[in-house]
Amino acid sequence: METVAGFLPIIAALPFLGALLPGLMIQAGRNTCAAFTAAPTILALALLLICAPSVMRGEVLTLGIAWLPSLGLNVNFMLDGLGLLFAGMILGIGLLIILYARFYLSREDPMGQFYTYLLLFQGAMVGIVLSDNILLLLIFWELTSLSSFLLIGYWKHLPEGRQGARMALTVTGMGGLAMIAGMLILGNIAGSYDLSVILTQKEAIQASPMYLPALILILAGCFTKSAQFPFHFWLPHAMAAPTPVSAYLHSATMVKAGLFLMARMWPVLAGTPEWFWIVASTGLITMVIAAKIALFKDDLKALLAFSTVSHLGLITMLLGLGTRAAAVVAVFHIINHATFKAALFMTAGIVDHEAHTRDIKRLGGLRHLMPITFAIATVAALSMAGIPPLNGFLSKEMMLEEVAHTRWIGPHWLMGAVATLGALFSVAYSLRYVAHVFLGKERSDYPARPHDPGFGMWAAPALLALLVVLIGLIPMTMVGDLVQVTAAAVTGAEPHVKITHWHGLVPAFWMSVVAVLGGLVLLRLHAPLAAIWEAAPRPEAKAMFDAVTAAATRAAARFSAGLHNGALMRNAAVFSVAVLGAGWLAWQGGGLREPTREMLPITPLPAIGWLLMVVATVLLVACHRARFTALVLIGVVGLMVSLGFVYFSAPDLAMTQISVEVVTIILLLLALNFLPTETPVESTPGRRARDALIALAGGAAVAGLTYAVLLRDFAGESISAFHLANSYKGGGGTNVVNVILVDFRGYDTFGEIIVLGIAALVIFALTDAVLRGAGGRWLASWDRENRPRAGDRHPLMMVVATRVMMPIALMVGVYIFLRGHNEPGGGFIAGLVVAIAFLMQYMASGYAWAEARQRVTYHATIGVGVLVATVTGVGAWLAGRPFLTSDFGYLHFPPIEEFEWATAIAFDVGVFLTVLGAVMLALQSLSSMARRAGETVNVEPMDIDPTRDGEEGEGR
Amino acid sequence: MELLMASAIGVMTAAGIYLVLRMRTFPVILGLALLTYAVNYFLFATGRLAVNMPPVLRKGAETYTDPLPQALVLTAIVISFGMTAVVVMMALGSYLSSRDDDVILPPEDDSPREGDA
Repeated sequence: METVAGFLPIIAALPFLGALLPGLMIQAGRNTCAAFTAAPTILALALLLICAPSVMRGEVLTLGIAWLPSLGLNVNFMLDGLGLLFAGMILGIGLLIILYARFYLSREDPMGQFYTYLLLFQGAMVGIVLSDNILLLLIFWELTSLSSFLLIGYWKHLPEGRQGARMALTVTGMGGLAMIAGMLILGNIAGSYDLSVILTQKEAIQASPMYLPALILILAGCFTKSAQFPFHFWLPHAMAAPTPVSAYLHSATMVKAGLFLMARMWPVLAGTPEWFWIVASTGLITMVIAAKIALFKDDLKALLAFSTVSHLGLITMLLGLGTRAAAVVAVFHIINHATFKAALFMTAGIVDHEAHTRDIKRLGGLRHLMPITFAIATVAALSMAGIPPLNGFLSKEMMLEEVAHTRWIGPHWLMGAVATLGALFSVAYSLRYVAHVFLGKERSDYPARPHDPGFGMWAAPALLALLVVLIGLIPMTMVGDLVQVTAAAVTGAEPHVKITHWHGLVPAFWMSVVAVLGGLVLLRLHAPLAAIWEAAPRPEAKAMFDAVTAAATRAAARFSAGLHNGALMRNAAVFSVAVLGAGWLAWQGGGLREPTREMLPITPLPAIGWLLMVVATVLLVACHRARFTALVLIGVVGLMVSLGFVYFSAPDLAMTQISVEVVTIILLLLALNFLPTETPVESTPGRRARDALIALAGGAAVAGLTYAVLLRDFAGESISAFHLANSYKGGGGTNVVNVILVDFRGYDTFGEIIVLGIAALVIFALTDAVLRGAGGRWLASWDRENRPRAGDRHPLMMVVATRVMMPIALMVGVYIFLRGHNEPGGGFIAGLVVAIAFLMQYMASGYAWAEARQRVTYHATIGVGVLVATVTGVGAWLAGRPFLTSDFGYLHFPPIEEFEWATAIAFDVGVFLTVLGAVMLALQSLSSMARRAGETVNVEPMDIDPTRDGEEGEGR
Repeated sequence: MELLMASAIGVMTAAGIYLVLRMRTFPVILGLALLTYAVNYFLFATGRLAVNMPPVLRKGAETYTDPLPQALVLTAIVISFGMTAVVVMMALGSYLSSRDDDVILPPEDDSPREGDA
């Protein structure tokens, strides 16, 4: 048995895997494509049939794979009677649809795409019915919404198709969201997200105060999916899809997903008054209203769509009754409806395909032209009407019998009467489908000459029609056991299933007689009634839906335009205020403990630093319009920040900060070469006051928060102790900060250097784009003569000094790098230091001169850096350990002392190279702008050539 | 000392926010830089302040500074350099392309696209 259960995930996965095939196989022809679509379906069906015997014996197959157990999300599959019935329907009818679609789709339609979508949908549906975990079920549920969106909108060129797809996605998607909430509530009540657990918790769930909200939310998902009133409107619009889609999604599968879920949840949710009132009433209303609308639809598929809605309502109502007998009938009718309705849709598609219209007003008299289609359609339609001895009759009789004994609102006969009315309409529209399309006089004005299609196209509906007859004639033999097992799964008990044709002169018999006779009368009176119907005002669902979505779109557009009007100021202000508000809210939610830390005494040195920093910051704000001054001031602030790090025992940070500071200032200076040097006064005093207010509030909040944090110890135990304890033991280094970077949190650093490399490449790409566009043209025509400039561009003293400095700076860089594992330093800092050493040469002798001496491009440096880090990380795999696990050891060279090696140093080399490359690439990009601006290029290292007395260098 | 730290962070944050709310790219960049200092200091301060404590393992040392925020801030400094560089380049690109260094989208870029209804 365990081996059989092992098939379940394969059954669910096969359609998804198979979805790749059609797209590939379409090159090999349409037949091959269809065959390769059918193959995974057949395989899945075969596996299902292998599982079937144990399920029919009453076993429940389960298979669990833990996925995210901490979230309660497990890939648990379950196959019981209900799952078997639905999976069988989905795969079986799916197979017929694949066959039918092969002949239905024209040469112009991209068939590979269609089959891929179809298989995706099939997989999602199978997933729903096999899931044992409701979170998993929800994932598949959403997948059906998405894949059906693709299928409904398959004919992308038709606006109806796109709109219908959008409407279906909106309605079912919103229902799906509601259902997620409902399912989560349910899972919380039951304490598990596994269906097999939830289904045992009936008392707890129904006693919970959250039962009603959960019920309403879950039902919202079911009702939208199964097109129940008042969400029924999307289904007729989804009929813009190709007919195979309608036959598959909108008769047998997707719309039944809602029913499936109601049936699945029946054991725990049903049986309460709430369930009865909501579900039974919705079903009853849907059944009658949709049946009435169906009667007056002239589009064949619209007629069938509303009839589907009506029958879904019928099944919903049966589930809503909450009795076991009614659940049995519901299961039986699900089978029957799938058979006759899929057949009907396919015949409608055939008529459309051959006669080139599906407008009933333009059809009629097709019985001699299309005898086979006529026969199939008649059998299916009579079954839908509930004419004995077909299968639709059996379930309708049983339904009426159940309803006759149920008391709804008002007098005890009301529910029976309303249901009879629904059945009456059902008879009328079913017969109309036959009478107005196939019977009557043959016409001469069909858009195309109708004739029966080839065998391939009518084989599928014919098979279904055969089933309709067989189930009708010998129901117990055909489906008795299946209904028994399924109903057992739905009700959680062993129900008594007895399907017979003759129940005696019970109320149901008379109701049925009334329905058939009334239906015939109604069909007779169809023309005058239709005239009245046309004249009467009625709500147009599409117009309402469009109005609602348009209003929502407008409101959203207005809202986002208010927050985001294209100006950064507005955005930043909204963001700042929102963050302040969120912080204030959070502050309200918690209390503040008493301070636990002693304040450190204030000594003169940091006080001076603090003063410098604050004064520089205030001056910066005051003088920010003079941009060069502002640059100087921010340099002061940055310097004080670095010194602060020194003072507070963070030498690594201080070194990083000061080197970054240098590079940043150079970058900004270069940028100011092009940007205006003054910021004009533009904002009004009122705006400045508003901004100041926001800024002060933000500053005060952050200061307060920091102060509160600083005076209190950690609320929990800090993980720093672990790092301190294991840095030397596990990482082989005494500089804990560096060991954290290259070892403990190596993965973070790995990601970070990649980000840095990407940032540098972005800068490069941006520069390139600007230089190719309007910016480059403007730069080339820029008149630089009027700008003030230094007399010496490459002064002798500076050139000489930087040359001398170069080896020293490089040595410092190497030293800082090498000692990084045990003393302050490391790849980051060394990369920055070396970058500064190079930058000095660039500044002293100009870009062109330096570039001519550069052997390796900076792109390559970045790439090699990331690669080295990656290879180091991968190296750990060779030792059978996870990515980026580091190793270290000690070597002894007799004359020298002990020598430590650590793989982390190779990783640090990667960091070093990436940082170096990124910094240099950013500055190189900037200087390429300068060169475009017509900056003269020097080939000599300095302006003055010392070898030629008194003459100027060639660079001028 | 805690007071100095907190107030310094507050002053830098306030100045940063004010400058970010300006209408030209350059002050916005300066504001971002100030905010970066403030955020880095704040992250660093969550390790609590420690003066004259070894950041490197030493024989005989009992207490150390908190290395974790330091490691985080170290990477933050480098990343924020990358961010500043990109922002500077964007500012420069926008100025060179449109001869305008304000931070307001031109209206034609801002109009919503028409759906296919």
